[in-house]
Amino acid sequence: MYESFWQKFIKFYLPLVIFVIFLLFPFYWMFNTSLKPMKELYNLKLNPFYVHTPTLENVKTLLFDTIFIRWMYNTFFVAILSTAISLGASLLAAYAIQRLKFKTSGPTGLAIFFGYLIPPTILFIPLATIIFNLKLWDSLWSLVLVYPTFLIPFCTWLLMGYFKSIPKEMEECAMIDGASRLRVFWRIVIPLSLPGIFSAGIFAFTLSWNEFLYALVFISTTESKTVPIGLVTELVRGDVYHWGPLMTGALLASVPVALVYSFFVEHYVAGLTGALKE
Amino acid sequence: MLREELSSAQLGTEKRGWLREGFSNLMESRNFLGFLLIIPAEAILFIFLAYPFILGLWLGFTDTLVGRKGEFIGFENYASLLKDSTFWLTTYNTFLYTIVAVLFKAILGFALAIVLNREFKAKGLMRAIILLPWIIPTALSAIAFWWLYDSTFSAISWSLIKMGLMNHRIDFLGDPTNARISLIVANIWRGIPFFTIGLLAGLQTIDPTLYEAAVIDGAGSWKRFRRITLPLILPLMAVITTFSTIWTFGDFQLVWVITKGGPANATHLFGTLSFQRAIPGGHFGEGAAISNFILPILILCVLITFKFLRRED
Repeated sequence: MYESFWQKFIKFYLPLVIFVIFLLFPFYWMFNTSLKPMKELYNLKLNPFYVHTPTLENVKTLLFDTIFIRWMYNTFFVAILSTAISLGASLLAAYAIQRLKFKTSGPTGLAIFFGYLIPPTILFIPLATIIFNLKLWDSLWSLVLVYPTFLIPFCTWLLMGYFKSIPKEMEECAMIDGASRLRVFWRIVIPLSLPGIFSAGIFAFTLSWNEFLYALVFISTTESKTVPIGLVTELVRGDVYHWGPLMTGALLASVPVALVYSFFVEHYVAGLTGALKE
Repeated sequence: MLREELSSAQLGTEKRGWLREGFSNLMESRNFLGFLLIIPAEAILFIFLAYPFILGLWLGFTDTLVGRKGEFIGFENYASLLKDSTFWLTTYNTFLYTIVAVLFKAILGFALAIVLNREFKAKGLMRAIILLPWIIPTALSAIAFWWLYDSTFSAISWSLIKMGLMNHRIDFLGDPTNARISLIVANIWRGIPFFTIGLLAGLQTIDPTLYEAAVIDGAGSWKRFRRITLPLILPLMAVITTFSTIWTFGDFQLVWVITKGGPANATHLFGTLSFQRAIPGGHFGEGAAISNFILPILILCVLITFKFLRRED
């Protein structure tokens, strides 16, 4: 099937360029705004697509006049802990459901899958009362405990798919040689599924880094906020919008997820598509 | 003496040995080990997912306020909501937002997947770039949209005026219709990657010999798309669409960051309205009742997914 240049241009280059511009434009806009001094932002005569007098003023404001670093630290703390908890619980659960095939493993797997479909919008009000009663209100631990509710279903589902691809014979051989089930799990299943565990971990990390609603509801002290909440609620005071620092913050807070993601993009895509096909 | 001590010690080890054997036998039982390994996940999901889910249903029937235990009031919350014009506007918005956004996400996402479904040099890089809107925190990209939609300093208005296509600035977020369109565009922007990457994976599994055979039989490109691509991708499309529908219907952060439900409640979704009534407003019972309206759609979606997953088995 031979294609002329123009055919390829119409069917491939042109739509691709349009899509890429549309998808990347908001990021360009964050970057562009973050480099502009206040005067330039509010000058309608200048071309907004171009930075005339680039400045780091916004970075300075963000780092020294707000507790952005603290918010980043809070977000890391919550994301790392909730990912670790979820990975641990999901590994055990996925192995039990996929490999042990215990009596009610079918319904259990299905129930966990449906758990993934329940949106936080339905759960945040009752969860708020529970968090309040547990005396975890305004504490980052509330997020560490609540985030696994959407991370575990996702990770379990992903890992179940991964475990399925490990040949059963390898486990059986080891068991004939006298290894216990738990030893087989620890020594064979886990090492063989490291790429899957990796995908699940990266996914869980980005999901908890991005979470918004629970953090908005459960956390009210400025010092305990996570990055997205801190930026949106603290840098907009009444009608005063600090657009420069706001965009700088949005850009900087996106860096960790973008980095994790760009290094492991193959795992990420494998995770996403694996989860869909399962 | 010595002998007695010895034998009791022996007895001890024997006893321990028996215990250990029993324990390791138990650990080899699929059912016991299965139940044991699933406990951590089940415990967390039960306390923070299943229980609040049920509690939410109950709260919808109570007049709970922040810090005050409520009493059962039957369908009062629901009855007053059905008389509330803001609630009806929210219902309209939520359906409009979901239907239009999901439709565009599906069409554009599929189109981009088809464009990408060929061999070219920077394919990996391109895939990475395209996923960016999906992985960057939505609240943060929403801030960028918010600034782009500014009534005075919007770059969109600026370009349209410079190009001579318009003689006034667009009031993106001050006018109900404009605000709805603006939010839907932001949602489409964020959701395209999910469709594209998911469908691209599906397109790549289609056997190329099918297309070759169709070409030999004289099928044009539209016919090949209609008769081969579409039927083979449909089950995956259904699953992806269902997911997207649930997420869009239960959306919160895009709307909350960009318009907070305004102007004059014109862009509230179930999620933002229930937040507004429950958290700043303090009416937990009423808020829970509003978010419970998401349930019927959720259940419908779950049934559809279930049907398609079953068929694939």
